Amino acid sequence: MEILINGVVLGGTYALIAVGLTLQYGVARIMNLANGENLVLACFGAFWLFSAFAINPILAIALIAPAAFALNWAIYRHALQPLVRRAKNRGQLEVDSILATFGLMFILQGVMLLGFGGAYFNYSFLSEPVAILGANYGLNRIVALGAALAICGSLYAFLNFTRPGTAIRAVAVNPQAAGLVAIDVAKASAFAFALGGALTAASGALLSTFYTFNAAMGVVFTMKALIIVIMGGVGDVRGAIVAALLLGLAETAVAALVDPGLTLAATYLLFVLVLLFRPQGIFGRHAA
Amino acid sequence: MSKGNILTVDGATKTFGGLVAVRDVSFEVAEGELLGLIGPNGSGKTTMMNLISGALKPSAGTIRLDGRVISGRPAHEIARRGVARTFQLVRVLPGLSVRDNVVAGAVFGHSRHWGKDAETLAETLLEQVGLEGRGSAPVSTLTYIDQKRLELARALACNPRLLLLDEWLAGLNPSELRIGMALIRDLRNEGRTIVMVEHVMDAIRSLCDRCVVMSSGSKIAEGEVRAVLSQPGVIEAYLGVEDA
Amino acid sequence: MIRPTQSEWKLAGLAILGLGTAALLPVVDEGYYLSIALNMALYAVLCTAWTLFSGPTHYISLATAAFFGIGTYAVALGIDALPFPVLVGLGALGAALLAGLVGAATLRLSGVYFVIFTLGLAELVRQLVTWAQTSFTTSVGLYVFTDFTEKHIFWMLLALAGAVYLIGWAVNRSRLGFAMRIIGNDETVARHVGINTARAKVALFMLSGAFIGATGAVLAPRFAYVEPTSAFNPMISFQVVIMALLGGTGRLWAPLLGVIPFTILFDWVTARFPNHTSLVIGFAFMAIVYLVPRGVSGLLADIRRLSGRLRIAFAEGAGRR
Repeated sequence: MEILINGVVLGGTYALIAVGLTLQYGVARIMNLANGENLVLACFGAFWLFSAFAINPILAIALIAPAAFALNWAIYRHALQPLVRRAKNRGQLEVDSILATFGLMFILQGVMLLGFGGAYFNYSFLSEPVAILGANYGLNRIVALGAALAICGSLYAFLNFTRPGTAIRAVAVNPQAAGLVAIDVAKASAFAFALGGALTAASGALLSTFYTFNAAMGVVFTMKALIIVIMGGVGDVRGAIVAALLLGLAETAVAALVDPGLTLAATYLLFVLVLLFRPQGIFGRHAA
Repeated sequence: MSKGNILTVDGATKTFGGLVAVRDVSFEVAEGELLGLIGPNGSGKTTMMNLISGALKPSAGTIRLDGRVISGRPAHEIARRGVARTFQLVRVLPGLSVRDNVVAGAVFGHSRHWGKDAETLAETLLEQVGLEGRGSAPVSTLTYIDQKRLELARALACNPRLLLLDEWLAGLNPSELRIGMALIRDLRNEGRTIVMVEHVMDAIRSLCDRCVVMSSGSKIAEGEVRAVLSQPGVIEAYLGVEDA
Repeated sequence: MIRPTQSEWKLAGLAILGLGTAALLPVVDEGYYLSIALNMALYAVLCTAWTLFSGPTHYISLATAAFFGIGTYAVALGIDALPFPVLVGLGALGAALLAGLVGAATLRLSGVYFVIFTLGLAELVRQLVTWAQTSFTTSVGLYVFTDFTEKHIFWMLLALAGAVYLIGWAVNRSRLGFAMRIIGNDETVARHVGINTARAKVALFMLSGAFIGATGAVLAPRFAYVEPTSAFNPMISFQVVIMALLGGTGRLWAPLLGVIPFTILFDWVTARFPNHTSLVIGFAFMAIVYLVPRGVSGLLADIRRLSGRLRIAFAEGAGRR
């Protein structure tokens, strides 16, 4: 039972990162390897706001997410759009964007290492235990899960019940056709990219309430987010959420029942199985 | 069960989600025959070609080459069994010389050559298609019809049992068309088995022995060219009911 | 096999001369310059082996650290039991096997999946090795004591470099090399002329992995104390990609144009600004994407082509007068 709830909490946090990356890759067609740095920057941001100004991290999202939105918008407009324009085909764009965002990842990580060093940080926020069905869980984890679900829910509503949201989904399915029905694809892509960054940052703020973080951990989260995005089906938000929960559960189960040192192996095993038997992902439509 | 058939298509069907692109199509091609596969746009002709060449797997039905099943096998295996094709949008290899483009067809396919042997074969084929002496030129210097000739040479390089021409005569001006048709006639006179998808009716009428007509994924007629083309159903498929 | 052309004999001569001259270095200096030269030789082999696969296929492999570590561990585990050359061979074999598995799983799909998979591969192998060592043995590290000094390792690396160039050249003129060029041009056409594209890619990946594994094995004596974090260091993968792309992947010798400058640069940065290495790597990647997308060799080729056209224009202009 503990595994279930802890797994869902972990999965919920993964879901936000994965959804952020899904928007960036599925809509803007950018495989953003620097996405994890959004997360870490947000962790430090929440930490700073909490330590210096005693601002509740959940509320701090209202400050962090827009900042991340602006940062990612700028990144897309200035660094990535030139690549989109010069790429002759989709494969070329993917390779270029991987290399460029890889570089960005190192730059962001380098800046954070210079600023904060390699030390681990954490802080206490709502760390009182809460009893659910017999076992104790940190209140911060439960609150984080709740916030994550709320954010995912609003995103789902936005994508499916509003006009701009539908425009974004259209671009994810077929950018050329979307352009033909008068959707500004460039703007939608930039918006999706920025929104994706904001979501990842929100997840970082939530994560910082119960997770010990450091400047160099972005890569691991990016990798897991990438695996989740592919497992769930590229461009599919539902798929990303489901895959994230699955991964969270799998990791927690392996850590508890087998060995904490094998969590990455478990993730990779899942990844390989998906690649071998269903490369388009759980909800994906076309084969890779 | 006809033994002399190179190609046997039996109930071939291909669906993409809800769309049925090819619906239960059957026909046979005997050795040395030149079969025309015609029909209005969107009738499923190129999908049919893709099913034969292995670019797509049929959702149902069987395709046999020389009696052995090829449907469902990967494209490279089908190529090695002896099926060669040209593509609707010409696909030459830009990073290789003209000669190497032809050699590419000769190295891995149905009949395999390498080294000096392959180069001599390539030169012979280049001459046959009218590109003699251009072997060392880069592909970027070729005109559209020359690229088509190159693709044809590449397809012939492996000495295929079955040659698939996908709208090979498309986009040619009248004098180029005459040359192109003459090339195909020569191939047919050599005894090659060819299936050609075409819109150029002159070519169909003067080159093909028989033709198969497709419309909206199904086969609607088959037989000798003139007879088929005067069938009301065929005219209707191309021109619509009112003009029939 | 086609006969070597005259220009290829010239290139071979240059290569032998270059390797021979390099081999004399330890006679002159056994300190700082040997160290730097060793690093250059190391990355020359790694980058060329990397380019062997990633050049024609355009698949970016980040698995270098995984293959390297397997080679290092082959030696570390067996140094008391088997002779060194056998261990190098085993390292190469182990790496090739991993490459085969990874290739079979991911090379049928698009390049993006391949990059992501290989990104975490070194981490995965490192975790598995750490887990195996903590579960079955008492310590996480292994000692490698040999009689090899830096200069021996340097010579072994030069020999490996020669081997990579020789085999790379042989592959390029073989059917496999031809197949890879066709695949790199148009994979659909490749399949329709009878090439089993998946198998060709996996074969080349395994060859590349084998060389990287052999290099890891050769480097093991330099470590003296081998532990998972240093053997499976992801930075190896990243640096190899940077240097190879910086130099260019069009020719087998192109990576050298990236290896030599970058090794010097990185060594300088690590010494003077040790906290800024991430930034340097980041900017290097950006430079590759925005400034030299086809590497320095691509730039040189462009310059040569441009100057050729200028020369023709000049000659025509002069001739007209």
